[in-house]
Parts: sequence; C-alpha cells; structure tokens
Amino acid sequence: MPDVVQDGTRLVETFRAERITKVYETGGLRVEALRGVDLTLYEGELVVLLGPSGSGKSTLLNILGGLDLPTSGRLFFKNLELTACSPHNLTMYRRDHVGFVFQFYNLIPSLTARENISLVTEIAEDPMSAEEALEMVGLEHRLDHFPSQLSGGEQQRVAIARAIAKRPNVLLCDEPTGALDSNTGVVVLQALERANRELGTTTALITHNAGIKDMSERVIRFADGQIISVDENPEKKAPEELTW
Amino acid sequence: MIRVDALNRKLLRDLWRIKGQAIAISMVMACGIALMISSFGTVTTLEESMNAFYDRTRFADVFATLKRAPDSLKKDIERIPGVSIIETRIVAAVNLDLPNMTEPATGQLLSLPERGAPLLNDVIILSGRYPSSQRPNEVAVTDAFANAHDLTVGDSFKAIINGNKRSLEIVGLGMTPEYIYALGPGSLMPDDKRFGVMWMGRKALAAAFDLDGAFNSLTISLQLGASEYEVIRRLDVLLEPYGGVGSYARKDQLSNFFLVNEITQLRTSGAVFPPVFLLVSAFLMNVVVSRIIATEREQIGLLKAFGYNDLEVGWVYLKLVLILVFIGLGMGIALGIWMGGGMITMYTTYYKFPLLNLGIDTGVFTSAAIISLIAGMLGGLGAVRQAARLSPAVAMAPPVPTSYKAGALSRFFAPLTISQPTRMIFRHVTRFPVRAGLTIIGVAFSVALMVMSLFFLDSIERVIAVYFFQAERQTLTLSFVEPRPALVEQEIQHLPGVIKTQPVRSVSVRLRNGHLSDRKAIQGIVSGADLARLLDTDQKVIEPPLGGLALSKHIANDLNLKVGDLVTVEVLQERRPVEQLPVVRLVEEYLGFQAYMHIDSLNRLMKEGPTVTGIHVMVDSRYADDLYATLKDTPGVAGIAQQTATLAGFRETMDNTMNVMIGFYVALASLIAFGVAYNAARIALSERSRALASLRVLGFTREEVTYILLGELGILTLASLPVGCLLGYSMALAMSPMLTTDLYNFPFVIEPSTYGWSIIVVCVSATICGLITRQRVFGLELVSALKTRE
Ligand SMILES: Nc1ncnc2c1ncn2[C@@H]1O[C@H](COP(=O)(O)OP(=O)(O)O)[C@@H](O)[C@H]1O
Ligand SMILES: [Mg+2]
Repeated sequence: MPDVVQDGTRLVETFRAERITKVYETGGLRVEALRGVDLTLYEGELVVLLGPSGSGKSTLLNILGGLDLPTSGRLFFKNLELTACSPHNLTMYRRDHVGFVFQFYNLIPSLTARENISLVTEIAEDPMSAEEALEMVGLEHRLDHFPSQLSGGEQQRVAIARAIAKRPNVLLCDEPTGALDSNTGVVVLQALERANRELGTTTALITHNAGIKDMSERVIRFADGQIISVDENPEKKAPEELTW
Repeated sequence: MIRVDALNRKLLRDLWRIKGQAIAISMVMACGIALMISSFGTVTTLEESMNAFYDRTRFADVFATLKRAPDSLKKDIERIPGVSIIETRIVAAVNLDLPNMTEPATGQLLSLPERGAPLLNDVIILSGRYPSSQRPNEVAVTDAFANAHDLTVGDSFKAIINGNKRSLEIVGLGMTPEYIYALGPGSLMPDDKRFGVMWMGRKALAAAFDLDGAFNSLTISLQLGASEYEVIRRLDVLLEPYGGVGSYARKDQLSNFFLVNEITQLRTSGAVFPPVFLLVSAFLMNVVVSRIIATEREQIGLLKAFGYNDLEVGWVYLKLVLILVFIGLGMGIALGIWMGGGMITMYTTYYKFPLLNLGIDTGVFTSAAIISLIAGMLGGLGAVRQAARLSPAVAMAPPVPTSYKAGALSRFFAPLTISQPTRMIFRHVTRFPVRAGLTIIGVAFSVALMVMSLFFLDSIERVIAVYFFQAERQTLTLSFVEPRPALVEQEIQHLPGVIKTQPVRSVSVRLRNGHLSDRKAIQGIVSGADLARLLDTDQKVIEPPLGGLALSKHIANDLNLKVGDLVTVEVLQERRPVEQLPVVRLVEEYLGFQAYMHIDSLNRLMKEGPTVTGIHVMVDSRYADDLYATLKDTPGVAGIAQQTATLAGFRETMDNTMNVMIGFYVALASLIAFGVAYNAARIALSERSRALASLRVLGFTREEVTYILLGELGILTLASLPVGCLLGYSMALAMSPMLTTDLYNFPFVIEPSTYGWSIIVVCVSATICGLITRQRVFGLELVSALKTRE
C-alpha cells in the first residue's frame, strides 16, 4: 500500500478511486452521474463533499459504501478491490467496515434505540455496547425509546450511534443535517465529529451547507459528475463554532 | 377533461403496480362467483330438466307394489278421492344372461299397456319402437343398459323369466322417469352393466308370470290439491288383501329421491361456500386498497390542494375497487359457466334423463354481480372513505414513524436473547393485530376447506371399512322369488365355489310409534353370524336380539324411539301379523337403515317354520365363474346382489366424482391460502421495504433480510394451522348430519392424515408465495428505497 508522507505525518490510504464513472440508463435516458473521478481518502480524516444537487455526490458515496458499483474504473478499500467484489462480498464489506448516515434517519420503527443499535452489534466483530454508542451521541437516557418517541435530531443521533457502534473504518454521511434545523444540526455534527476524533474513523460528509466545510480537513467540490477542486482546510473548527 | 385522463392514467398505473395482488383478489372473488354460478346454474338445470322430463313422461305421484290383484280392483281405487289417473302393470325381477359377461345381472321387467303409450311413467323411445303387446320375445331396454353392453335395436340377449330361459330381442331403446338413477336391488350405485330396466307387452308378461287379468304394480297421479297422505292410507287399506307392501309417494320413489337429494345437497353447498370466498376477497381488497392509499397520502394531499373535492378523490380509488370487482366477476362468470357445464356432463353419467344445456337465468348473474359488488364495497369502501376524508395538510405532512410498543412478549423473553430481526417480526405482528388476525383467519379458511373436503373421503372410507369389511362380508347375496324353507341353504352350500353361507330372512314392515311411522325391512340374523353381522354403535359385533328389535340409530331418531320403548311392527307380507316389540338395542349403520332380530324370533313373528328369503354367500373367487353359470340357470333366484361388484362400483363412482370435487377444493384452498399469504407478504414488503433496505445497507445479507419478512408470514401461517384444523373440524361436524339422508349416513370421521394433508397443501402454497416474495426482496433497490422519505 503506497503510503504518502505529508507534513511529516504518515498518511494511510483508506480509499483509492481510479477514473470512476457511473452511467445510469433508464428508459432510453442516459445520465452520466460520474465522469471519471480520481480520489484518495486517508485514514482518520474527515472530508466534506460539496456541490450542487445532481452533481454526483451521493452516487460516489454509495459506491464508496458498497451499495452500488461504478460503470468503469477501479475502487480500492485498503487492499480490497471493491470493483471486483461479488454482491455477497460487498454485503460483508458493509457489515464489517462501513457506517452509513442518511438524511432520512432510516431507523427501524419497530425497534427501540438500543435495539436498533443491537441490530448492528449482533453481526459485528468487535462492537461497542449499545449503551456506549448512545452515550457517544449523548442519548444514554433514550435507550428504550422507539423512533416514534424521538425527535428528528434524536433519531439522527441514534442513526449515528448505530453507524459507529461497530467501530467502522469509514463513516459515510449523506446530508445528515439536511432535514434538521441548525441548532439540532450542530448537535448531530458534534456527534459525528466526536466519533471521528475518538474512533479515528475515516469520515466523508455530504452537505449543501458550505458552512459545514470548516469542520473538515479537506473539502472536495463536485460539479457535473467530476471533482473540480480539493482544498485543504488548515484551521479545522469545532461544530459549535460553525455558522450557516 | 384532461385532468380526468391524468387521473385515469394514474389509476391504471396503480393497478399495474399491484397486478399480482389484484389477480389474487380477483381470483378468490372469481372462485366464489364461479361456485355460486355453477352450483345454482346446475341446480336450476337439473330441476328444470327433471320437471320437464317428469311432465313429458307423466311421472306418477303415488306408487304401490302388491302380490296380485284383479284388474277389477282398479274401479275401487278410482273411487279414492283425489286420484286422477291409474295405471296398473306387471313388474318382475328377472335374471339376465348376457353375452360377454360371466357374472349374473338382474333386470327389472315392466309391462307396457296393450294399446298406446303408458298413461303414467311413459317410456320415451329414442330409437326403435314399443314392443308388441302380443310377442313374448320383444323388449325395449333403457339405452343406458344397451350402451353398457354394446347392444342395439335388433340384438338379442337371454333372460330367465319365471324359471324359463328365453331369448329376448331388443326392438326399442328408451328412457324412463322411474329409473333416472337406476339402482338395482341391493346396490348402492347405479351399475348399467349389472342392472337393466326393460319393457315387455302386458299380455306377454302376464302370460309369463301367470298374471292374466291381474296386476302387481300400480302407479297413480293425483288431482291438484289432493291429499297424498289420505290417498296412500286408503290405497293401503284397499291393497292389503292383495299383498300390498305399502304404497309410497313420489318423494320416496328411489330414483326421484336420489335426484332431489342431489339437487338439495348442491343447493346447500352452493349457499355455503361462496360467502367464504367473497369474505376473504373483501378482506384482501381492504388490505390492498388501504395500503395503496397509505402510500399515496402525499398525492392525495396534493390533489386536494389542487382543488379536487373529496368525492372526486374518493372516486379515483373507488374505481380501482370496481375494476377489481368486475375482473373477478367476469372471470367468475366464465369459470362458473365452464364448471357448470362440467358438472352437467358429470351428472349425465349417473342420472339418465335428457339434461338441458346449462341454463343460468339472469337472476343468478344479477345476484352474482350484486354480491360481488357488496363484497368489494365491504372491503374497499372503508379504505376509500379514509382517502376521501384525508385533510390535505395532514396528507402532505410526513407521517411520523409507526409507533410500536414493547409487548408483553418481549418483556417475557427479555432474559433470553432474541435477535433483533426476530424481535422485528414479533413487534410487527403484534403492532397490527387485526390485520394479523384476519390473515390468520384467511389462511385458516383454506385449511378448513381442505379438512372439510378430505373429511368426505374419510367418511366414505369409514363407511366402506365398516359396511363392506365389518358388517356385510358376503361376496354375494341370493334372493328368492318366494320365501323358502331354511333347508335350501344346504343346497346352496353344495354349489361350486361356495365357502360359507348365511341365511337371510327379510320382511317388509311398517314400524309405528304413535303418529310416526316408517316403511322398513326387518332382517333376521342367525346367532354367530359370520358374513352379514350386526354392529353396535361402537362397531363391535353383537348377537341378534331374541324377542325384540335391534334398531338402526337413524330409524330410532326418526321414530323418536329409545332402548326399552315399544314399537308397533305391522308386517306387510304374508299373514300380515301386527305386534308390539321392544327396542332392545341400537346399532350403527352407514348404508341403508334397517331393523334386526334373531331369525328364529322373526320366523316366530311371521308364524312360520324356519324360512329364508335369501342366502348370503362367500365365494371362492377361483370358482366364481362356475357358480355364476349355475346360478344363471337356477330358477327361483330373483336376484343376486354382488357385494364386491358393489364395492368396486362404489369406488369407481368415488374416483370419478369425489376426486374431481376434492381436486377442485384443494385447488380452491391453495388459491385462498396463496391469495391471503401473498397479499400479506406483499403488504409487509411494501410497508417495510425501507426498513429492509436499511438492514441491507447495514450489512445484512439478502437471506437475513428475507428471514424478517418471511418469518412474519411463517408465524401467521403456523398460527393459522391449528385455527384452520379446528374450523375444519367444526364445519365437518356441522356438515355430517346435513349430508346424511335416509339411505346414507355420513359418519363424522376425520383421520389425522386429513389434517396432515391440509397442512401440507397450505404450507406448500405459503412457501411458493414466500419464494416469490423472496425474489422481490432480492431485487430490492437499496439506494432508491433510502432516498425517499416514507
Ligand atoms: N438510480 C438512478 N437512476 C437514474 N439516474 C440517477 C439515479 N441516481 C442518480 N441519478 C442521477 O445521477 C445524477 C447524480 O445524482 P446524485 O449522485 O444523487 O447527485 P447529488 O447527490 O450530488 O445530488 C443525477 O442527475 C441523478 O438524476
Ligand atoms: Mg445527494
């Protein structure tokens, strides 16, 4: 694995994407969602993906998370070539290494907060306990509540707890604050930031809100299915300092 | 107008989206409609054909058999008030010797008037002509009998007529209202090979039986409004001195009895089954339409926000219901007509009369349409009303996650570790208890339907086991023209192939208890009988009672008698003694209901020495042909009832009719099970596709996710099995007495294998549905399921 040395720190690659394209063809319509994306993500970093709606951010995130396969190009997760994986191996990859957080929280309504997390920890190798995970997002007092008994922000934090409970290598968040007001959004971002810091999870975060870019180490801008810029952010801010 | 088109297009797309479920609903509904149309159509057709044939042939109202009365008696009978037409005739049993048939067959020979057609019970000549009154060698036979033996006009066969072997030439083929269902003496099923009905000129027949200027059978038609009961009473008084054995009305005439009984049973099943199907389809309709409306909340809100009113919105969904109803109705009508045609064809093999084409009057169609509409509305209207009433603001707001509660069950299991997927299954089932309950009931119905249809077989198998293998174990029974001294048994014993014999003394009697009375036969049985044996209500062999009657439970019920009661026995033969006898025990009988006593007691009652009217014989099958050849030429033998042939015929009929019917019910049961299970699975899938997709994203495999969905289906199916068995048990218990007639007893027996098969069929059905659903789970679009908010 080629390690890159930058600013004297040894950086370990988590993802390496090579000329990834994704073409959707539905009913004669051809949409090029990704047109040749090269990207490397490093262990433990938090990157923000910015870009107009329809620019291909979610498509890339889903491909990174093993939900989808690119039309062409190669994608590595550490040594594992995801683009060569069978559907079953992709499932196993998700199970063992990936945590997802979506705009709509996607909790299982019939399970309590604790049980939603147990859902993941039961099939993970070295998980934290449901209590620990909820404690990380500040919801240790909501253990036995059902999703219907939680606010939107709380539901999203449970979703984050569920995503991090298995100590994933990567945490992929697609507009996690999109459905929340800014105060609640900050609490959610704090939870993400804490997980990234304490667990060293490589985190990719899609957002519309340019303000959020300040909490990242790198900002990746998308337009029209391509990366148009990658900017380092030397002064990482805490979520509570953000404005949007 | 454009907006209407848009809405209709939406409607069609909705319909296309739910096509699987739509087909399931429409099919279940179609089954109900088809059953209703085919059974009512068949009932109507049978009834109309029967009435038309009875009218055309002037079928008699009252029948009487006697020994011998002079023609002059006719004048006295004419004076009975209410009597319209009288036809006297000669009826005789003959043994037949047919080419290509070693076993004996019996014939019923009826006289035709000297001139013209019979006044009553006309014979419709299909080809040829009536036999001439003078010629003793001419007969007309039923075309069923001729067909069974490949005989036709011009052919001949031999018959032993009053001890003389004669060659008879067939001059005509006919049909008669008296033998539409042609049961030979002692048989249980029509058998056109072994029993033939034939006609001969009156003079010729009178000469053969020494009945010149006399008759031994009588048929009467009544005037409108005449009292059948009074006519029969007076007729019996008149006929008594001439050896009358009791007259009876049309409703007790054997062939008519069977035909009417069949129609009644068909009418019952036509009324019992369709509602089940229609209720199940109403339930499915409700679930499916509610679900569509739930997924389209936002669209409904949008439509309303655009200015559509409640009625217009409701109408969109109501149309969906109506389309499903009309598809079901259309398929049901087509299926019903097809099935009805099949049933009519089946009837023509057992009931020999000109059957009209399946005629379904518009009333049946109209009621089918109304009933299916009601079923559709029952199911759909509630859901549609919900849609119409939804306020736009509420409809457009995102629905909050369905609220669940930790049930008692999960607290109970708390100490155990249940996996979260299993927990999801239980929570979902308990979250929608009404729906789960209805699904269970729906599947249970199909189990019950199976149990009930297989119960018929169990019941019949029990009848066969008890009747043929426990009670009536003889190979054949000879009956004599006249009672004979018991010594004749020894002669029979020396015939070739005879292994064992048992004497038979059978006496026609009227049993009377107060105002209740019934014409029956008393059978005399010897002690230690080994062929025809008497069984008590527990099917244990018992000895015939001395000095009292053993009575079939069925007769005891009819006459309101119990053990210890006295019953008046009026013998209708010979010296016609009348005596009071105690009911000593009750016996269980499945085929034909009779009274029994010790043969010695019966001889004493008849004031005769040891006398028999027949002999039961067990035959060594190797010498059967020799025996048959001897018997064919034995004078004085009036009939030979072959038990083994009866059993074979019985089984064949069962194979032809029961298996078709049961196959049909198995198909219906599977269809209901499939329809209900498929809908449950599809609804669960649609409601939970997001949850399932989430699980897939979290790294659950397709199999693990399928488990959650099908686990629920499995639990519901499992829960429905005992419910269904119980329901089937109760339905069979209720049906058993409904099916019991004066000739057959449908014992209530359900073998464990019946439950087993019912469960297997329903489980297979549910499994197929599970596999289909599994395919759907496998095809789940992960990304798009997560993008949408519910
Ligand atoms: N399943 C799909 N089928 C067809 N087109 C799709 C599908 N998913 C995304 N697209 C298209 O791909 C492009 C990129 O979509 P997406 O990655 O969701 O953009 P973003 O997340 O940046 O808003 C869009 O034009 C979108 O319409
Ligand atoms: Mg997106």
